[in-house]
Amino acid sequence: MELTGLFFYFVSFLTMAGIYAVICLALNIQWGFGGLFNAGIAGFYAIGAYSAAIITSTAASNNVGGLQQPIFVGMAVAAVIAGLVGWGIARLCVSLKSDYLAMATIGIAEIIRLVIVNEEWLTNGSLGVSNIPRPFEGVFKGQTAEIVFVLFVWIIVLLTYFISQRLHKSPWGRVLRAIRDNEDAAESIGKDTHSFRTQTFVIGAIFMALAGALSAHYFKYFSPDATEPILITFLAWVMLIAGGSGNNKGAIAGALVVWAIWSMTEILTGFLPSEWATRSSYMRMLLIGLFLQFVLQRYRSGLLPERAPKLDKLRRS
Amino acid sequence: MIQLENVSKRFGGLTAVHNCSFSIPTGQITGVIGPNGAGKTTVFNMIAGLLQPSSGQIFLDGEDITSLPAHKRQSKGLYRTFQLAHEFSRMTVVENLMVAADSSIGENVFNAIFRPSIFQKQEHAAYDKAMETLRFLEIEKLQDELAGNLSGGQKKLLELGRTLMQTPKVILLDEIGAGVNRSLLSKIAVKIQQLNDDFGYTFCLIEHDLDYVSRLCDEVVVLAQATVLTTGTIEKIKRDERVVEAYFGGGKYEGAHA
Repeated sequence: MELTGLFFYFVSFLTMAGIYAVICLALNIQWGFGGLFNAGIAGFYAIGAYSAAIITSTAASNNVGGLQQPIFVGMAVAAVIAGLVGWGIARLCVSLKSDYLAMATIGIAEIIRLVIVNEEWLTNGSLGVSNIPRPFEGVFKGQTAEIVFVLFVWIIVLLTYFISQRLHKSPWGRVLRAIRDNEDAAESIGKDTHSFRTQTFVIGAIFMALAGALSAHYFKYFSPDATEPILITFLAWVMLIAGGSGNNKGAIAGALVVWAIWSMTEILTGFLPSEWATRSSYMRMLLIGLFLQFVLQRYRSGLLPERAPKLDKLRRS
Repeated sequence: MIQLENVSKRFGGLTAVHNCSFSIPTGQITGVIGPNGAGKTTVFNMIAGLLQPSSGQIFLDGEDITSLPAHKRQSKGLYRTFQLAHEFSRMTVVENLMVAADSSIGENVFNAIFRPSIFQKQEHAAYDKAMETLRFLEIEKLQDELAGNLSGGQKKLLELGRTLMQTPKVILLDEIGAGVNRSLLSKIAVKIQQLNDDFGYTFCLIEHDLDYVSRLCDEVVVLAQATVLTTGTIEKIKRDERVVEAYFGGGKYEGAHA
């Protein structure tokens, strides 16, 4: 019994870590390849989660929704909406330099959050959307369903990784890294930097939205509380920087390690005396901060540093 | 041939370039000299498209390119290097050159994700051209080094290499010799001369070192106080008292920010 408990703890750990891995891979495309400082991850995550929730939910309370569409339709709609919103935002502010883009995206994520809280006809406000189905719910029940869902999440992770790798190895990714390193020089060799930055922002936004959709299906309920910047944006940044920005494997590794610390400290703080219990979440945050310090002191470019794509295939002896 | 006609650039109240007119003739090496703050780099930035002139026009082979964005001037054969090295620091040396090659197919994001096989031919060509360029510049041993780890002079060579990856017509060199030791500097001069002789590339270079300018340049444009002071051969301008005064004088041609 103890072992099964542990096993399913591990399954839920892997599910969440997988969702974060998708966010990290998306952020890696934006920041690791393209140097775009997106501090509004939570906004795109929320767009994805709510789009999927409204499209697929089986019954609605006072808002639109209960459309009962298949999960794949929900995810596709989430991707399209996030892509369009991302494109609009990119048109407005993607030419801003790093820290200014960060400020702009924080603001935009906050606007998205306030829209979600206040437009009750669409999102049911702070009460959130419930009755969100999980994939293959009719076929698998109980504990099997948990395992099926973690597999579903990791298939999406692998798909995202595969696409990220293709992008990284391609001339497209090479131009992106050039723009990251020196925008003026990239212009001078004929690269339309504005267009490349826009594409990057949109691709990242789409995968962040897919992560949001996954979490909506996982919890079967989604409220504005789940889009807290500290839980999404902040953690994702820690994961990517610790794991190795610019490296797709690093992005996944960072998600696993940081989520492990985050969730296991929950167990540890459970053993604390009751008068400490209220402070436990702050202590977890402190531990994450200490971990980031340790990683950055020891491994300046993260656990798995960026590596240039191999050119072996191009070398002729 | 590049022609500037009455080009001016104002930054707020500061007039960096005022009514500047000169031309860079095809197939020649033209030097641009002048004291600090004379507006040389501003002129370069306007020719390269990084800055828009406040007034005046710029022509490339008779075509008005005044308002053409920087990234579109490259396809017209106009390339530049920067005063401070602008290498892609976290990319390898060979990648720094490959990124400047024609990779139009693989730079399309859909091809990058779904059809990697269709740009392999271009990739091979880009790699071969990059290696050929590195061999020409004699830095092929550094191909897998990160560009950020190169010395200042090697970075300048790399930037020169980047302009050679496609078919340049005009190459603008902004102080290619700044911070470069003497022996590497004369090596760079040999390479520039070679490219000019063998391929007929047009060069325009900003330089402070008058010996270097006299060794390379056919014609010299002297800028002072935001405008063209004089043009002519190096012998002619060396005898020009106003030029001497602008450079060594403290006289009225001294640049405002010297």
